[in-house]
Amino acid sequence: MSSKKTTVPFAGTKEQEEALKKIIAENKDQKGALMPVMQKAQDIYGYLPIEVQTMIADGMGIPLEKVYGVSTFYSQFALNPKGKYQISVCLGTACYVKGSGDVYAKIEEILGIKGGECTPDGKFSLDACRCVGACGLAPVMMINDEVYGRLKPDDVKGILDQFN
Amino acid sequence: MYRSHVLVCGGTGCTSSGSQAIIDTFEAEIEKNGLKDEVAVVRTGCHGLCALGPIVLIYPEGSFYSMVKVEDVPEIVSEHLLKGRVVTRLLYQETVKEEEVIPLVETGFYKKQKRVALRNCGVINPENIDEYIAVDGYQALAKVLTEMTPEQVIDTLLAAGLRGRGGAGFPTGQKWKLARTLVPDADQKYVCCNADEGDPGAFMDRSVLEGDPHVVLEAMAIAGYTIGANQGYIYVRAEYPIAIQRLQIAIDQARAYGLLGKDIFGTGFDFDIDLRFGAGAFVCGEETALMTSIEGNRGEPRPRPPFPAVKGLFAKPTVLNNVETYANIPRIILNGAEWFASMGTEKSKGTKVFALGGKINNTGLVEVPMGTTLREVIEDIGGGIPNGKKFKAAQTGGPSGGCIPAEHFDIPIDYDNLISIGSMMGSGGLIVMDEDNCMVDIAKFFLEFTVDESCGKCTPCRIGTKRLYETLDKITKGQGTLEDLDKLEELCYYIKANSLCGLGQTAPNPVLSTLRYFKDEYVAHVVEKRCPAGVCKSLLNFSIDKEKCIGCGMCAKQCPAGAISKTDYIAPGKKLPAMAIDSSKCVKCGACMATCKFSAISKK
Repeated sequence: MSSKKTTVPFAGTKEQEEALKKIIAENKDQKGALMPVMQKAQDIYGYLPIEVQTMIADGMGIPLEKVYGVSTFYSQFALNPKGKYQISVCLGTACYVKGSGDVYAKIEEILGIKGGECTPDGKFSLDACRCVGACGLAPVMMINDEVYGRLKPDDVKGILDQFN
Repeated sequence: MYRSHVLVCGGTGCTSSGSQAIIDTFEAEIEKNGLKDEVAVVRTGCHGLCALGPIVLIYPEGSFYSMVKVEDVPEIVSEHLLKGRVVTRLLYQETVKEEEVIPLVETGFYKKQKRVALRNCGVINPENIDEYIAVDGYQALAKVLTEMTPEQVIDTLLAAGLRGRGGAGFPTGQKWKLARTLVPDADQKYVCCNADEGDPGAFMDRSVLEGDPHVVLEAMAIAGYTIGANQGYIYVRAEYPIAIQRLQIAIDQARAYGLLGKDIFGTGFDFDIDLRFGAGAFVCGEETALMTSIEGNRGEPRPRPPFPAVKGLFAKPTVLNNVETYANIPRIILNGAEWFASMGTEKSKGTKVFALGGKINNTGLVEVPMGTTLREVIEDIGGGIPNGKKFKAAQTGGPSGGCIPAEHFDIPIDYDNLISIGSMMGSGGLIVMDEDNCMVDIAKFFLEFTVDESCGKCTPCRIGTKRLYETLDKITKGQGTLEDLDKLEELCYYIKANSLCGLGQTAPNPVLSTLRYFKDEYVAHVVEKRCPAGVCKSLLNFSIDKEKCIGCGMCAKQCPAGAISKTDYIAPGKKLPAMAIDSSKCVKCGACMATCKFSAISKK
């Protein structure tokens, strides 16, 4: 969870804004609609910069402070844009006891970024995640929706090279 | 009618191992061989043996192919499906005994299992409601709506002795009874399903949702009838895309069949279910936090009482059960309370699903009667520890549970026994650790998790877990004192007694249980400044045995810190001078040890 304000300028399009307005209109009157709307907004924009949160707050008649409170509470809401390839290494127990911490450290070393950060070219972002439920393949990581299992630290470079 | 069915596992484990490509290849090969009208390919839920995925099961023979590769598929199609010859070479080798193929249920992994909650997983196509109905699906709902009063449903659950599978073990019948009776004039009630399976290393609920989603819908409708609710919510983690997709398909199909919605079975009973997605907050697995989250707020817990049965979701009386609990209910209604109560121990009835993970051969999902011993689960079903290593501990209950040492290997697993030895059932994650795992490091790992996931509402949890973590970190760096160990324990009891919700009340358990059973490891870190398992990097010392070193210099090439250099000593029988490590420069990465072919480098 990162509450840092992003340094990347907001570049939302008209189409994205239309899509968000439609989602808000559809869900506005439902009970507890804020989170579903925010989740869909993140699908549209890829992350939830303050501009998008303001649109949600205005559109739903909810104070911005509450929207911000929710977006900073849940780890899945990103206030910063993610890389084109989002790497998440499982640091759940089953993966950890099989050495996923070493895999994570290796990726940090190769990419030169820490968890929660994005490479300067916007290509890779790295996060630790909690159990993707593929414990049979531990240790695992995901790059976007693809799962890589039974990893060793030495496998990392070869996998990352595929994206170059 | 098809003469053969090819069941390919589409659970998360097997999907990650590439089962979609296997399905596509099977379909293409079957088409190519002109078997399209005779053989059906079905994508099922989890079979449990995730370590050997992708798994393919062919009926009517019941042949169990494991670790199937795309290249193997043409052979299976042409030999098995076309010519009727089982490809023994590709079978799960446990099913092959002296040239004979034995049934899967007689293999070590399955023999001691009893599948109740998982009975349809891996058997039916989860995306087809007709297959669920064909295995008596929605019959329990029909029976409840047409033949039973809500009181009879409650009495059946009480007699069955079903306790909540989410971890705390509260009697389900009792919970439903309270929600039915405590606020008799409520204008609205709710039924919730906790599918926010947050314990790292646990994937029981995920497998039920992916393999048999309708069972949850059916049980929730039964709960709705029993307590007088007409709306249900399933709160499922966003990290489970396959489960979400199949639940949505199941809800749509059930609505289309009139099994959800208005006037179900023409009885005048209305019930519908909506999905809500979690957003990656562990604390939302706590019942009050989960409901706060469904309401669209920060998922912070609230004090109890009032309990959800009085004031739950949107301040209305609410029943909340976990996925596995629901998965047991239709079977109890159909088979009767006595059948269910005949399994298990005196106070814990039925079965429990465990996600076996960590240092164990058969990682995967197992369901055993309550009262099965840890030894049976780990040795017989789990196939023991890989690489001939020694068992050190089993961790149950995730970040809320504890580590069970080898001395309790023969304890029958049930709710009360696990609590008595300082752990808890939890939702069912069971992680095995061997001699290479450091217990102080494991305690630190869990505390790092709880520090991260503590919602911050109450001080004992927010600050207390942080202090625990800092102390553990100090110990793993060799800066701890014996006094720290006493302080650690004292702080644990303080946090347990004073935290608002289950997260804080159980967060110290990993520390307490490791302190209780592995105090010698803590003492070694503190007094001898040594990590017996060789995990804590600050305490490691790499050294080269100069008698074994042949002086090839490979280690020096690998060393990123330039810490290895030649000495003047040449061991008898060797040609080159031995190497040595300068410990002041060493960064303890272990690269030298990994590269040495002569086992001359050791860490201690």
